[in-house]
Amino acid sequence: MPDGAIRPLAETAPDGFSFKTRYDNFIGGRFVSPVKGAYFGNVTPITGQVYTEIARSTEEDINLALDAAHGAAERWGRTAVAERAAMLNRIADVMEQNLALLAYAETVDNGKPIRETKAADIPLAIDHFRYFAACVRAQEGSLSQIDDTTVAYHFQEPLGVVGQIIPWNFPILMAAWKLAPAIAAGNAVVIKPAEQTPASIMVLMELIADILPPGVLNVVNGFGLEAGKPLASSKRIAKIAFTGETTTGRLIMQYASHNLIPVTLELGGKSPNIFFADVCNEDDAFFNKAIEGFVLFALNQGEVCTCPSRALIQESIYDRFMERALARVKAIRQGNPLDTATMIGAQASSEQVEKIMSYFDIGRQEGAEVLTGGARARLGGELAEGFYIEPTVFRGHNRMRVFQEEIFGPVVSVTTFRNEDEALGIANDTLYGLGAGVWTRDGSRAYRFGREIRAGRVWTNCYHLYPAHAAFGGYKQSGIGRETHKMMLDHYQQTKNMLVSYSPNALGFF
Amino acid sequence: MAGSVHIGGVARVVATNAALVLIAELRAKHGPILFHQSGGCCDGSSAMCYRQDEFLTGSDDVRLGEIGGAPFHMSRPQFDYWRHTQLIIDVVPGTGGMFSLENGTGRRFLTRSRIFTNAEATSLEAASVTC
Repeated sequence: MPDGAIRPLAETAPDGFSFKTRYDNFIGGRFVSPVKGAYFGNVTPITGQVYTEIARSTEEDINLALDAAHGAAERWGRTAVAERAAMLNRIADVMEQNLALLAYAETVDNGKPIRETKAADIPLAIDHFRYFAACVRAQEGSLSQIDDTTVAYHFQEPLGVVGQIIPWNFPILMAAWKLAPAIAAGNAVVIKPAEQTPASIMVLMELIADILPPGVLNVVNGFGLEAGKPLASSKRIAKIAFTGETTTGRLIMQYASHNLIPVTLELGGKSPNIFFADVCNEDDAFFNKAIEGFVLFALNQGEVCTCPSRALIQESIYDRFMERALARVKAIRQGNPLDTATMIGAQASSEQVEKIMSYFDIGRQEGAEVLTGGARARLGGELAEGFYIEPTVFRGHNRMRVFQEEIFGPVVSVTTFRNEDEALGIANDTLYGLGAGVWTRDGSRAYRFGREIRAGRVWTNCYHLYPAHAAFGGYKQSGIGRETHKMMLDHYQQTKNMLVSYSPNALGFF
Repeated sequence: MAGSVHIGGVARVVATNAALVLIAELRAKHGPILFHQSGGCCDGSSAMCYRQDEFLTGSDDVRLGEIGGAPFHMSRPQFDYWRHTQLIIDVVPGTGGMFSLENGTGRRFLTRSRIFTNAEATSLEAASVTC
């Protein structure tokens, strides 16, 4: 039987909080048991132990959620934007009042360090609700004067009921990225969290259950095949949004093609992080920032779609740069994610550990040199069965598979370039185009590179910033659509054109 | 290793015994199945298993071979980066896998790899069956 207060997690829980032993679905404003009564054990990556049970839902539960959403959608779509925005702001306020609790729940569920959930995941999620509350308040339709007596009015209308399938790497933040624009735009939502991280979002739902009208937001947990697929393939959704990998992305598009509905997809990347020689011109604050920019591959244990997992270092500074960079990597403190001093926590699942280890194997076989790390981290004690991987730096070349595949671990593959042309060739030699980083003191070069790299976001003299109001999304096989920006409202709305004649006169054809 | 189709004397994809057992179970439950090698984030790099009438392969998918009688595909652009490696489909404990048919069994397919020897690579490229 799961123990909601399993050690060593309990003593760090805020205000005596402990997880429930079991979480149901959130449908129609209530917590509802799965129709078939099945649950599955949810593991914390910190210790590898089951700490709570989660609804193992099926198509029947998805249908209940869709019923609730369809019951709520029309009224919600007609609710004044001021009221909708006020509710999003209330969600943000409640999250802010419970920031420590949500950060704890997220860290236990996912394994990421609490200093990240406190300083990044949860604050960014809060801001996302506020941002889209503001966007929808400020959104305006348009009118076009066709001629003296004819006017085209354009209204943005919600799609209705939308489906969302979110990943396990930022469970609450990815939920916020998708929920905030969809709900702000006037849709009702059925969301399926990842089965690896199903608990923290239920803690959030308990906090905000009463804010939205019943049925506007429905959370159905379970396995992808049993619950995600019936949602993605349902004829009763007007749109599907998915973050994950390419083959499932294709399958989701295939279902969407049957139902003739739009999709937005975020499918990952293999982002280059390019360091030009001039970063070393001075040993100053900027150089220090660039070194940190390299080490950001370890943020969130590397489980980020935009992980800067390919570092391209100009040949002339390689030794100097890497000496400093490797020292910083070796200074990363790995440990219990609930310890505020911990910089890198646990991978989200045991199979993720297996996958990362398989890439250590491939990298070594391909002849990549391991500059540091390259093994599972055994932390001992109560963390002995947790899912820990050493921060790892490979050196090799861009045709190696460790340079081409998203390992989704704290692993960076380093190579060198001689000049701009070579850097650009390497940067763009990838299937993906989600993120990139460019580090240089030369503003014109930064601009040139920013425009030439085939990626949806080019961080310039920074990395891993995810503010609302900066569009995020992929080129090439990295996906379709842009999140974290008001333009996301367009992905959750359709345009109604009213073409109005103010002339009393007939056309004259008949 | 067993249950693989050898192309030019060398298999591009093989399965471990544990994988063959799971493939047989899934076929018994779901009928004819296929694999498609994924890429990208989260559950990327997994070999996804679907009913043959579920997942639509296209002209730009390369058929690498068969494991346990199930055809194994990968998109051609991805294959161009992976072609120097033999894929070894294994099984590990796990709860993910998205819509792949092993999802919920507590087991997951895991793609391991081996670099082809020069002789194997030459033989494969000469046979050119998959390219």
